[in-house]
Amino acid sequence: MTRRRLGYDDVVVAAPVTVPYVRYSIRAAHWFVARALAGLLQRAGLPKEAVDGVCVSSFTLAPDSAIGLMQHLGLSPRWLDWLPVGGASGVLALRRAARAVQCGDADVVACIAADTNHVDSFRLTLSNFSMFARDAVYPYGAGGPNASFAFLTDHYMRTYGATRADFGKLCVAQRDSALRNPVALFRKPLTLDEYLDARPIADPLHLFDCVMPCAGADAFLVLHRDRAEALGLPHARLLGTIERHNAFADDPIQVRGGWVADRDDLYAQAGVGPADVDLMQAYDDYPVITLMQIEDLGFCAKGDGPAFVRGHRFTTDGDFPLNTSGGQLSVGQAGCAGGYLGVVETIRQLTDDAGARQVPHARVGLVSGFGMINFDRGLATGAALLGRAA
Amino acid sequence: MSAPLTRPRRKNPVLATRMPTLPPGGRSRAALGLTAAAAEGRFALQTCAECGTVQYPPREACHRCLSVRLPWRTQDGAGQLLAHTQLHHSNDLFFRERLPWRLGMVRLDAGATVVAHLHGDVPGAPARVRVGAMLDRAGQAVLVAMPDKETPNMSDDRQLREMTCDPRFRKALVTDGKTALGQAVARALVQAGADIVWVGQAEPWKKLPGFDELLALPQVTAVALDVTDSRSVTELAGEIGGKVDIVVNTAEYHRATGIGARVGVETARSEMDVNYFGLLRLAQAFGPALRARAADGQSSACAWVNLLSIFALANFPAHGTFSASKAAALSLSQCLRAEMRPQGVRVVNVFPGPIDDEWNQLLPPPKLAPATLAGAVVKALRDGVEDVYPGDVAQEWLERWRDNPKALEREIAG
Repeated sequence: MTRRRLGYDDVVVAAPVTVPYVRYSIRAAHWFVARALAGLLQRAGLPKEAVDGVCVSSFTLAPDSAIGLMQHLGLSPRWLDWLPVGGASGVLALRRAARAVQCGDADVVACIAADTNHVDSFRLTLSNFSMFARDAVYPYGAGGPNASFAFLTDHYMRTYGATRADFGKLCVAQRDSALRNPVALFRKPLTLDEYLDARPIADPLHLFDCVMPCAGADAFLVLHRDRAEALGLPHARLLGTIERHNAFADDPIQVRGGWVADRDDLYAQAGVGPADVDLMQAYDDYPVITLMQIEDLGFCAKGDGPAFVRGHRFTTDGDFPLNTSGGQLSVGQAGCAGGYLGVVETIRQLTDDAGARQVPHARVGLVSGFGMINFDRGLATGAALLGRAA
Repeated sequence: MSAPLTRPRRKNPVLATRMPTLPPGGRSRAALGLTAAAAEGRFALQTCAECGTVQYPPREACHRCLSVRLPWRTQDGAGQLLAHTQLHHSNDLFFRERLPWRLGMVRLDAGATVVAHLHGDVPGAPARVRVGAMLDRAGQAVLVAMPDKETPNMSDDRQLREMTCDPRFRKALVTDGKTALGQAVARALVQAGADIVWVGQAEPWKKLPGFDELLALPQVTAVALDVTDSRSVTELAGEIGGKVDIVVNTAEYHRATGIGARVGVETARSEMDVNYFGLLRLAQAFGPALRARAADGQSSACAWVNLLSIFALANFPAHGTFSASKAAALSLSQCLRAEMRPQGVRVVNVFPGPIDDEWNQLLPPPKLAPATLAGAVVKALRDGVEDVYPGDVAQEWLERWRDNPKALEREIAG
């Protein structure tokens, strides 16, 4: 019998910061971390010394890790974490920082994901991504995640009857939101016909199914509610979280993620159900994974994702607002920051800070993370439910 | 079916010759177990000695029971194609020059999921396939998912040909074409569809049976080549070096003698001069042109074959100096392989047991017929392997040598 997990009491998240994305940058990842940290401090009105906890995620910080950054940026925290876990970075950072604050190991934790992107960095990241990737994926056409997700998409379409138009509907809706997000890299409207006519990248994936690697950073603060209120910081509550790694390893090919194993736990801890969720930020490096998350987090049964897509509207004024920042597919994928995008967007939505893309009356937001295509599937899954402050 | 290969058009001399590129060649030490088996044409996977789990990708421990005893066991490769894709974009130069490129995700019946290059004759998923391991141009093992059953012109698949060295429509040099073996190799290459086979002869005045008949074949041309003479080697390389796609080094000097049975070093020196220095001279003269033409279209330069001997692994005292010269040649061949690999030219080492010729007269059977050995050479080129141990004697010695080299040393000494 598993012990009942503690709630997060008065732990809150605040100060969502985005260092605007750029396609390529000549700066090192450290530059983006510094800009993000400065943004957090400015937003919170705190001196650097007040940050006593730091959590960093990055793929391009080498040869440094989080520890080297402390000297680089003149920080002396009493709690430090290093989580280069791609698309799961945001949820994992949130979980760890929340417990640190709740237990008093740190008072103010700066969670930062930052990556740079030089003209050749993406190729170098791919070729050395992991032992399995180097041994058993990269020598096969060096297609990177495009090839891996092409397999999952091909299999999902054949098994569950999804069509390109289903994926296109998500991409088009997200682009509509991105047009109202000043930091999104894609600022041109996208029609379904343009989506369908795009050039093939790795069948069945076409151009608009694939995220664009870029440079940038996202960050937020985790702190006690009292502290946030004293600082006058708008904030969101942390209702529940889950994570799972290498779930369902015996499935021949990935059709579900670890969310399935833990979603009941997530909703029980948060005291809400899928019907209470007002908006969802799914990890969307490729649209097939968004469908998988909709299914696996309990919004419809496995395989009903295509029908769910056909029956809902995903724009900010729709009945299922999804990836309201535009998602990675329209904002860009700044390395590990891609795993933070949903967290900062959810905080913004729940603190009425989302400007022209604000979802009215949003009270509960679900953010989901998915990361690390180590070999044939994504290994890390996580999710968090955030609530509007009372 | 694959489109049958057609004779390439004559090369336009005005156009630049494409520079060789390689697929990504980095591998962990664990993954090199796959390469070791593929070098002999086998598909082997780590199979846990304790719980029997077959796993892929290669690991340092069994993912089920954490045992670190992970012997490599040969697989039949039968599996189900679960998903496929065709890449239209790649982050790597080699593949970028060869797009589109088909890939598949296969669940092996043995219980592991693999990513593999996908043969053009495999229909879309779901489909039954047979997965094999081959060496790619980088000389590293890759998995290839082939049709479950033989299809017409299967070996002509565009992607497959990037991993093999099929002699068809290629030009080959057999360094000594006069011996029974040299003649057999030349005939086998012609039969395999080689466009031109140059056969070297060191002593034109010497009449050997069968040679005139060989020269009557329209594809075969005799050339003067004495591998013990640097000038002869250099002159021939100047003449045809830029056209040769495959070198098969059959030149061999073989006398049945140990140390005590003969006075002086002249015989041993002659063996070294042909078997070791001959290879060195050839490699220096023909190697650079081969490397430069390693990506020269459909009939690019692709392979270098060395006729060694199973006695290169452990000395056979009755043929002691010969064994030593072959051991030296093996070592040099490893150097040649390392130098050819950056351009993707495959170095194939053939380790036959005793060949049924005059110098092995006193050895008991089984002995290898020259035609059988020639067939093994062509098969190695077609399959893209790099180490071949043809015949029962070679196979048995190899097994004994792998099991316990010291025991073999004693056993051979008699």
